Amino acid sequence: MKNKSLVSINDYTKEEHIRILDLAKEFEKNPVQNIMQHHVVASLFFEPSTRTRLSFESAVNRLGGKIVGFSEATNTSVKKGESLRDTILTVANYSDLIVMRNPIEGSARFASEISPVPIINAGDGANQHPTQTLLDLYSILKTQGTLDNLHIAMVGDLKYGRTIHSLVIALCNFNTTFHLVSPPELKLPSSVKMHIKEKNLAYHQYTEMDEVLPRTDILYMTRIQQERFSDPLEYERIKNAFNLHQDMIADTKENFRVLHPLPRVKEININVDKSAKAYYFEQALNGVFVRQALITSILGIK
Amino acid sequence: MNHKKIRELKVSAIEDGTVIDHIPSNAVFQVIRILKLEVFDNMVLFATNLESKKYGTKGIIKVSNKFFAPEELNKIALVAPHASIIEIRGYQVQSKTIVETPDRIKGIVKCFNPNCVTNMEEVAAIFTVVDKEDTRLKCHYCEKITTRTTMEFR
Repeated sequence: MKNKSLVSINDYTKEEHIRILDLAKEFEKNPVQNIMQHHVVASLFFEPSTRTRLSFESAVNRLGGKIVGFSEATNTSVKKGESLRDTILTVANYSDLIVMRNPIEGSARFASEISPVPIINAGDGANQHPTQTLLDLYSILKTQGTLDNLHIAMVGDLKYGRTIHSLVIALCNFNTTFHLVSPPELKLPSSVKMHIKEKNLAYHQYTEMDEVLPRTDILYMTRIQQERFSDPLEYERIKNAFNLHQDMIADTKENFRVLHPLPRVKEININVDKSAKAYYFEQALNGVFVRQALITSILGIK
Repeated sequence: MNHKKIRELKVSAIEDGTVIDHIPSNAVFQVIRILKLEVFDNMVLFATNLESKKYGTKGIIKVSNKFFAPEELNKIALVAPHASIIEIRGYQVQSKTIVETPDRIKGIVKCFNPNCVTNMEEVAAIFTVVDKEDTRLKCHYCEKITTRTTMEFR
């Protein structure tokens, strides 16, 4: 895995995913180690991000590494019209690894092809966000004890949600049964469904979540964004139909857990937070360990 | 007089070169662009909206003194999936083949996604052909699917 960029979740094999998750488990036991003191990681965030950027930077700092970079593009030469190509070639001189978030889709693949140092994609527009997927897999593994043969429900905006697309693709390696819950206009695109069909896995589509809840092991909730709807009334109706509250999870399985990539708006009522079945804040913490595992693997430290 | 003879009167025969037949009528100009015949020095004859028994109407292009490499011709399969290629020498048919959609396409098609890096940076769009029958192209960079209806040529 040394020097191997991670742009799309499929760039790594199932075995490589499992290796990262195993290593993340070690970092969870021992997250502060001085093993990166000779490494510089560039963190290039061309658009704002809270969780992803901070968890990458926290991951590196806890291992003794140095971070250079920016958290928005306004004060950089990008503002002066510099091409992404030139920015990447320059920054590669100053660092051993580049973590990049960029609103332009395909920018991370492009960067990985021209950069002499490896690239980790921290989100390229609506396309891919593979480190989120790795931490989702880690959270599922941790709460269920396995990744194999699970029933996983995905709820919300399945059409535009990049975390959903990457997670579906990754789970296709683990004989998952998919329960896809969305308004009809936000169904999972056929290009993603193609992966489920290729592996001959079972999937069911719903427009309401009630009947799914007692059957599923994981409920992966996502935010429905208002700007996806031309009719504000339609948005109001849908927003309320996809709202999870405390009473709804009463009859779920013992091992049932609620995941959410965050930020949440109204789709999970705060009265769910105190339930032992709510896992979304721990999920965000897992991001640090998974990113430590990924970075040290790519740098050849682990 | 049958249709074939009428057509040959409309588009005269060439002595040496390539005939591209069975092009959908609305794709003739796209084929001309893909094969860069706009900047070609020898004689190029073309016609469109000709009667075709198989397809209703069709277009045809005849290119003098030019024989194409198969990779070059296969690019036109994107817009003319049933085109036949006839090589002519001394007014005689030398060979007749059907175009084949390539597995990978570089540089000729524009990614339909305006937010794709190929529409922002100096980099050629590359596609994997995921469905040859319906012409569905998956962008190597943004991973979005360009279809026949959203396809534009560079």
